[in-house]
Amino acid sequence: MNEKKRLQLDNIKVRFGGTVALDGVEFSVAPGEIVALIGENGAGKSTLMKVLSGAVIPNEGSMTLDGKPFSPRNPEEARHRGIAMIYQELSLPATLTVQDNIFLGMELSKSCFGSNWILDRAKMHSAAETALKELGHEIPLNTLVRDLSISDQQLVEIARARAVGCEVLILDEPTSSITRQDVQRLFTLMRNLKAQGHSIIYISHFLEEVEEIADRFVVLRDGKTVGGGKIGETTRDEIVALMVGRQLTDLYPKSKHQFGETLLELTSLVGEARLRSASFQLRRGEVLGIFGLVGSGRTDLIRSIFGLDSIKSGEVKIGTYSGYATPTRRWSQGIGMVSEDRKGEGLATTRTIAENLVLSYPQSCETSGVFSPSKMLATANTWVEKLSVKCRTSEQNIGELSGGNQQKIALARLLHHGVDVLLLDEPTRGIDVGSKKQIYEQIDNLACSGKAVLMVSSYLPELLGTCDRIAVMNRGKLSEPKCIEELSEHSVMMEAIA
Amino acid sequence: MHRRVVGTLSDDGSNRMNKQIKDWINKLMPLAALILVYLTFAIIAPPSFISLKNLELIVRQTTIVGIASLGMTLVIIGGGIDLSVGSIVALVTVAIAWLLMAGCSPLVAAFGGVLTGLLCGFINGALITRLKLVPFIITLGTLLVYRGCAKGLAHEQKIDAPLSWINELLAALKPEQGWMLVPGGVWLLVLLAICVALVLRYTRFGLYTFSIGSNEQASRLCGVPIEKVKLLIYSISGLFAGFAGLMQFSRLTVGDPTVASGLELDVIAAVVIGGGSLAGGEGSVLGTILGALIMTVIRSGCTQMGLSNWVQEIVTGIIIVVAVVLDRMRHSQKTQG
Repeated sequence: MNEKKRLQLDNIKVRFGGTVALDGVEFSVAPGEIVALIGENGAGKSTLMKVLSGAVIPNEGSMTLDGKPFSPRNPEEARHRGIAMIYQELSLPATLTVQDNIFLGMELSKSCFGSNWILDRAKMHSAAETALKELGHEIPLNTLVRDLSISDQQLVEIARARAVGCEVLILDEPTSSITRQDVQRLFTLMRNLKAQGHSIIYISHFLEEVEEIADRFVVLRDGKTVGGGKIGETTRDEIVALMVGRQLTDLYPKSKHQFGETLLELTSLVGEARLRSASFQLRRGEVLGIFGLVGSGRTDLIRSIFGLDSIKSGEVKIGTYSGYATPTRRWSQGIGMVSEDRKGEGLATTRTIAENLVLSYPQSCETSGVFSPSKMLATANTWVEKLSVKCRTSEQNIGELSGGNQQKIALARLLHHGVDVLLLDEPTRGIDVGSKKQIYEQIDNLACSGKAVLMVSSYLPELLGTCDRIAVMNRGKLSEPKCIEELSEHSVMMEAIA
Repeated sequence: MHRRVVGTLSDDGSNRMNKQIKDWINKLMPLAALILVYLTFAIIAPPSFISLKNLELIVRQTTIVGIASLGMTLVIIGGGIDLSVGSIVALVTVAIAWLLMAGCSPLVAAFGGVLTGLLCGFINGALITRLKLVPFIITLGTLLVYRGCAKGLAHEQKIDAPLSWINELLAALKPEQGWMLVPGGVWLLVLLAICVALVLRYTRFGLYTFSIGSNEQASRLCGVPIEKVKLLIYSISGLFAGFAGLMQFSRLTVGDPTVASGLELDVIAAVVIGGGSLAGGEGSVLGTILGALIMTVIRSGCTQMGLSNWVQEIVTGIIIVVAVVLDRMRHSQKTQG
């Protein structure tokens, strides 16, 4: 540890009331280094990032930046000292232009009659252009941010950080919602920044990506630093073992599934927007995977089946029902859906676990037409126990849980409803390895008990690990599903980007 | 600043106890505020303020806002807003007077008035769900439409109506009616409040109202019949504005198309002081009633002290902002565990 450190954290502790969120974190990053911060959801990564960006003030411990004490009281101060945070959910004002976003909060002005509240648009224009060029990309500066793809928005965020001279960049799960090509573009950019001597802290669930881009990794568990090391000197299994504190033997439990009659049948389905054609049959006891890049139309497919988006032509046949139906009807036809967007669409985050769980099927908690809150709690408690959801009580707001535990409840809703066909859109996005394993187990159990599962994912290994057949979505067209034995990671990816 | 506990909490007893105590404190906040405001005036206002007679007056004066704010509680929990309630109240008073003048019995007139309110609310709900426009715009429009209807129906003047039992609903009790404790209108408020509270807790509709207010997309995904629920919410709001209009008529004894202008703001304020969130998904009947009482107590206290109307308005305005600030503070505590 004799090399020069840009940022150094010692024994950081954070408590919220009686809860210990961080319990002695050691962390450092040097100039020109990319350090990956990994850990399960709830391990304390987000809290640590908030400490660095000044959103949370630690109760104990010390931080130094370039050898000087560093204790930001708010995000502005952290930014001023050169630390920029780029959140997983991008936080740019969508109706402002790229240029305005880059300079938001630190606009350049020209002095006029001794005051300086007149914006110097020309100067900002050229500075923004330089910042983006420096990153090796060109985005028209007068584009509205809402018209940009997520990866372009990331670029704008990075340009925004660079424009004020931030030298420490924190990227929180930057690749979770961008396409493979964009990931490569981002990585090239990160390598350039690194070559220029900037420090990057990279948070990700994707170990492959960590291995590809990072120099070093640090693992957090239960609010503590439990290990770390140089990439290349540690095997993936060892990293995973550090993350979960136990050896994760078989992530994908796969039993032999018995297929029955067809439950869901699509005949050249065409949606309103991206979906151009999709046909398949999903049988009882089968797990069918849909692989596609972001924007390929895979989410549109699921939404059209479930009645959230309208159908232009083609047919959806569920059991004996055919044609379009509203989500309300779909539930009663025995089909349920888990959304990819937990916060926006999946859960009512300001309501309790119990309410979220029974929302699709409150009838189950009624006695002769009267809704019974105590019955609802009892129901919720059973599921909380069955899926080992970590929470204080099922009357807790679901927004307070970690992503993995929220997702378990989102899935439990379908289990409680007892639907026959489950549409799962990115069921493991942004959740920790432990919860992932549990969800894979549930999916396997469901198939064994004769349910049909349609699973959409942009994470190929999990599809190959859990599905019986896989179809690929490419520019709105769904390929013929193929048996898993005939497929390899390489062949599926080729089909998706062809 | 947005602070949240990331991670999971262990289920230890003391933590849960603390949480329960905190929950109770949160629930009792509006009550504490009411007591505080009352005691303050009890000290600084003349002794007549604490007389039983004044207490009864406060309760009677709360009735109109109180009844209308019960409907608004549902609307706000459901993530919406209803700006048209003041105009509905005026239209209802005119409708009742018009029916009485046309020779209807008081019962029929009262019934007709309340139905007018229900119809107005139904129209609001239908427009909001069919046109898929935000409730603010729709009800801003109907605020003018219903007010205009009231003025047109009344030819822009007050409609006199014969006295009937309707006028006793909100009048001070006669000595021989002492057994009623408070006038019929106040009992109606109590009854409706209990009904709404029960509906919110013990019906599917109540659960749906909360969930739509918390996250409409998630509710849609769960198969909640959003259009139907919203239609019902706004219809109920209209129905309650109808009852409020009946009370308003009882107090005025005439049909007045210009009455209750700006009432919607008092009604919204009552819900918000009582812990309702304009972002939806939060609010309670008890809180709303306490919120409505707080506003009347301030008004009554100021009147007793001989303070002008403008002072009351300033004080009420400050109370609204303070209430919401306190609410925000206790929320950030809640999310911090």
